[in-house]
Amino acid sequence: MTAFRLPSGGRIDRGRTLRFRFDGRSYTGYPGDTLASALLANGVHLMGRSFKYHRPRGPVSAGAEEPNALVAVGAGARHTPNLRATQVELYDGLSATSQNRWPSLAFDAGAAGGLLAPLLGAGFYYKTFMAPGGAWHRLYEPAIRRAAGLGTVPGGPDPDTYTQRYAHCDVLVVGAGPAGLAAALAASANGARVFLVDEQAECGGGLLAEPEALIEGKAAAAWLAEALAALAARPGVTILPRTTAFGCFAQNFVGLAERLTDHLAAPLPGLARERLWKLRAGRVVLATGAIERPLVFAANDRPGIMLAGAARGYLARWAVKPGTRAVLAVADDSGYAAARDLARAGVAIAAIAELRPHVACETFGLPVRPATAVVGSIGRLRVAAADLRPIGGDSVGGGGVERVPCDLLLMAGGWTPSLHLFSQARGKPVFDAARAMYLPGEHRPGEAPDGLASAGACRGVFGLAACLEDGYAAGEARGGPATGRRFAVSGDLPPAGGFEGLVPGSPARKAFVDFQNDVQAADITQAVREGFRSIEHVKRYTTTGMATDQGKTSNINALAIAAGALGRPMPAVGLTTFRMPYTPVTFGSFAGHARGELFEPVRRTPMHAWAQARGAVFEDVGQWQRAHHFPAPGEAAADAVARECRAVRQRAGLFDASTLGKIEVVGPDAAAFLDRLYTNSWARLAPGRCRYGLMLNEAGFVMDDGVVGRLAADRFHVTTTSSGAAAVLHHMEDYLQTEFSDLRCWLTSVTEQWAVIAVQGPRARAIVAPLVEGVDLAAFAHMSVAECRVAGFPARLFRVSFTGELGFEINVPAGHGQAVWEAVWAQGKAHGLEPYGTEAMHVLRAEKGYIVVGQDTDGTVTPDDLGLSWAIGKAKPDFVGRRSLTRPDMLAEGRMQLVGLLTDAASAPLEEGAQITAAPPRTGMAAIGHVTSAYRSATLGRPIALALLADGRARIGQTVHIPMPGGSLAATVAGPVFHDPEGARLDG
Amino acid sequence: MLLIRCPVCAMDRPELEFRHAGQAHVARPADPGAVDDAAWAAYLYLRDNPKGVVAERWRHVHGCGRFFNALRHTVSDRILATYPAGASRPEVAP
Ligand SMILES: [Zn+2]
Repeated sequence: MTAFRLPSGGRIDRGRTLRFRFDGRSYTGYPGDTLASALLANGVHLMGRSFKYHRPRGPVSAGAEEPNALVAVGAGARHTPNLRATQVELYDGLSATSQNRWPSLAFDAGAAGGLLAPLLGAGFYYKTFMAPGGAWHRLYEPAIRRAAGLGTVPGGPDPDTYTQRYAHCDVLVVGAGPAGLAAALAASANGARVFLVDEQAECGGGLLAEPEALIEGKAAAAWLAEALAALAARPGVTILPRTTAFGCFAQNFVGLAERLTDHLAAPLPGLARERLWKLRAGRVVLATGAIERPLVFAANDRPGIMLAGAARGYLARWAVKPGTRAVLAVADDSGYAAARDLARAGVAIAAIAELRPHVACETFGLPVRPATAVVGSIGRLRVAAADLRPIGGDSVGGGGVERVPCDLLLMAGGWTPSLHLFSQARGKPVFDAARAMYLPGEHRPGEAPDGLASAGACRGVFGLAACLEDGYAAGEARGGPATGRRFAVSGDLPPAGGFEGLVPGSPARKAFVDFQNDVQAADITQAVREGFRSIEHVKRYTTTGMATDQGKTSNINALAIAAGALGRPMPAVGLTTFRMPYTPVTFGSFAGHARGELFEPVRRTPMHAWAQARGAVFEDVGQWQRAHHFPAPGEAAADAVARECRAVRQRAGLFDASTLGKIEVVGPDAAAFLDRLYTNSWARLAPGRCRYGLMLNEAGFVMDDGVVGRLAADRFHVTTTSSGAAAVLHHMEDYLQTEFSDLRCWLTSVTEQWAVIAVQGPRARAIVAPLVEGVDLAAFAHMSVAECRVAGFPARLFRVSFTGELGFEINVPAGHGQAVWEAVWAQGKAHGLEPYGTEAMHVLRAEKGYIVVGQDTDGTVTPDDLGLSWAIGKAKPDFVGRRSLTRPDMLAEGRMQLVGLLTDAASAPLEEGAQITAAPPRTGMAAIGHVTSAYRSATLGRPIALALLADGRARIGQTVHIPMPGGSLAATVAGPVFHDPEGARLDG
Repeated sequence: MLLIRCPVCAMDRPELEFRHAGQAHVARPADPGAVDDAAWAAYLYLRDNPKGVVAERWRHVHGCGRFFNALRHTVSDRILATYPAGASRPEVAP
């Protein structure tokens, strides 16, 4: 038996002893313990150091709101930092460490001199580091990084798996305390599908710490067990403990984080660590309870100072005495329930400092001092005494301070309803001035969260009977008769009263408001003195409420102190916004299975395996994996690309173009539709012919291009860029469905249906001809298309070129792609055919000045900027983007135009994206353009580049300058076509 | 995640199936050539940004593929009505 464990009671399993380590020391506990309860049972209150000042801290709460007792659990890749010791469930072999201390928790060098303390007051982020120049990087940042901060990151990639699940239910009840249980009982009475979720390992909420209360004649614990058994027996009910409703979104969409294995010493291998539920509920009952408020007085942060309700919880749930001699600072009736329970467990009650002048509730014969404030404490690693001061009738601090020795100092400052989920669902909190608390408000019609109700303490309803009745009424089906169900309760002591702000008579220094971010009352009043008026600004300036606990215990006190300093009522200062998640959720939960190979879909072409077997080096192009080059054994990438380019120019190359976007446009008005969507004219394109199509957006800028083949009067095979396929289809559908809905045509994405095998080079015809049936290739002119057979398979054969050489693109059904590819490969061997990848494709097209949309264009480029005015059907009255081409800016001088750049033949290729200047670059000089494409051309034996250059065509022949790593390079502006400008090679 | 009623499928479906497509009821001029530069620029670029109810276009891109219109309240994010493209904006209580 550990020193502070009571001999009996508690909701722990004393039949089994668990061993665990904290900061290297061994302790024991029981199943059912949290790390915090087990440490307290061993007399350990010191569990962490504070964020800025490294002050010793112990647990202030027993739950999710814990700001102090943050620990790291596990080692290596499973090291998890910043866990609240009050929520970490104990298991055999657990190993935890404290954080933010050096060299040890008991002796911390950072705290010893408070070396940085003068630097770290309100607004320190903004003030301390303004000057002198460079001091931030050299001095402040390294010092602050060492001193401040939370835990450390895990030592490797997360080895666990995480799972996700969608679910639907009629009623979701969040919180399994008295209100939530009653709501679930009512909601499920007629067979509805009900989810009841609770963040704790055990359902029951406040019922777990009510040793004296009787509900309908039964002990609270017995009533709880019966209620849970009744719910579990109903087939529509799902009860999820260890599940945090962390986010509440529109239309009752709620995110639930369920922890599956963190409480197990040896989880089954392969079991997911967490499950993220994406739950859509018909309606939601929020029964999220209330959080007790600390009192703000000087040195209110020592280990051994905690919330009164938390002390009650440690006694009742874990049979732990959190101290031997207690002083209570009380402003709320519920403090007396704690005092009563402590006294009955044998804790000496040294004094109860009651802030209020009179107490209306029962005080159990305990030593109450009305109108008395706790204004300070002493102690080093544990509280040793509380300073009590009577509150003067006419002035603050109207009496002497009495120092009362204690090892436990409890704060009962009143309760703050938990509005987090209500507010996330866009509910509007309203201020109840009489009780100084924000409550869920009414809604304007049309803005109300649908079917979302709050019940119990989270809407300011306190006391067991009231919570049970409120919850039951909230759970009952809408539209049916309300039963007005009553619950007979005795022996509970409902909260009433409360205090917010700095305790009268206490100094504001070292009076902590936000424990986790080390914000003192003095910081907030200083922020107001410096001119901050809105709580949103005070919050950011002081960082109050901005720690990982999001100010669960601090926000109301911070508001009250700011309001007091401003001399305004609390609601006039505003309320900071509640954001999801309620408590931190792991990245693993959100990622789920979407990691590693499953991070994003991978698209592979039908010929992928062939390229892989040939040793191709692949690149990711969007979701596609494409062969970048095909190196021979030991061959460098640049050499492989040069070799592939020479093969295409001298003999023939084989290229996998399957990723090209393909859209079939079919219908009597197909040509009319394309006339409106592309700049070109299509009406007179004969079946069997192709044309280069240029697509603009309505603003007149180039958005895509590609070859379009007319297969029949009413059927077009449209190709798009690989990356633009989905956007082009969306754009086409948009106009077809909305603006041009009178046209009779239909669009089908056929990208995945066709494998595309490009054969390019002077020998291309000789290679392809023996495989083709049904087309006379001698009469098959450039820019033709035919439906035929290739290597025995049905095919659409295009004669097109993206290299400037004689070329064919063989489209065959994807399932036959590999077979046809291999047939072409076999046929090409005698002709010196070589496969080439995307890099050679890019070099070859750049030598010809063919643009790549998205590389040589950026959404601000017109057809004329690219020198593509010839692609505009001048006779057409209208097409998408046409009107915009005559807007003044589109015709103005100084537009960026596509040009070529030629640097010295021996120089390295320019960097894509590099800026261009008119004179050798120096600081302050404006760029007149940028490089869009740059390669080393094996064919020309020199580097080439394409660029967008202001008034580029007028600068042809001039010299421009490009800053590059290692100095600027001069380049001569040229036309964008570097090779075979007459196009003589297209015929082989 | 919003639940959106596709008026074509006549089903409430999750937002993941849809793609937003900008303000609704911005009709393309029948004869763009007859529109002056200022009016054309307004057609291209000027959009409403009210605090309140907006009419906007959505596409059931991973469903039926159809574009339709929706009335959405920009404060509550509630979608108050959905209706086919081309239909006039319905009256709803704000
Ligand atoms: Zn649909």
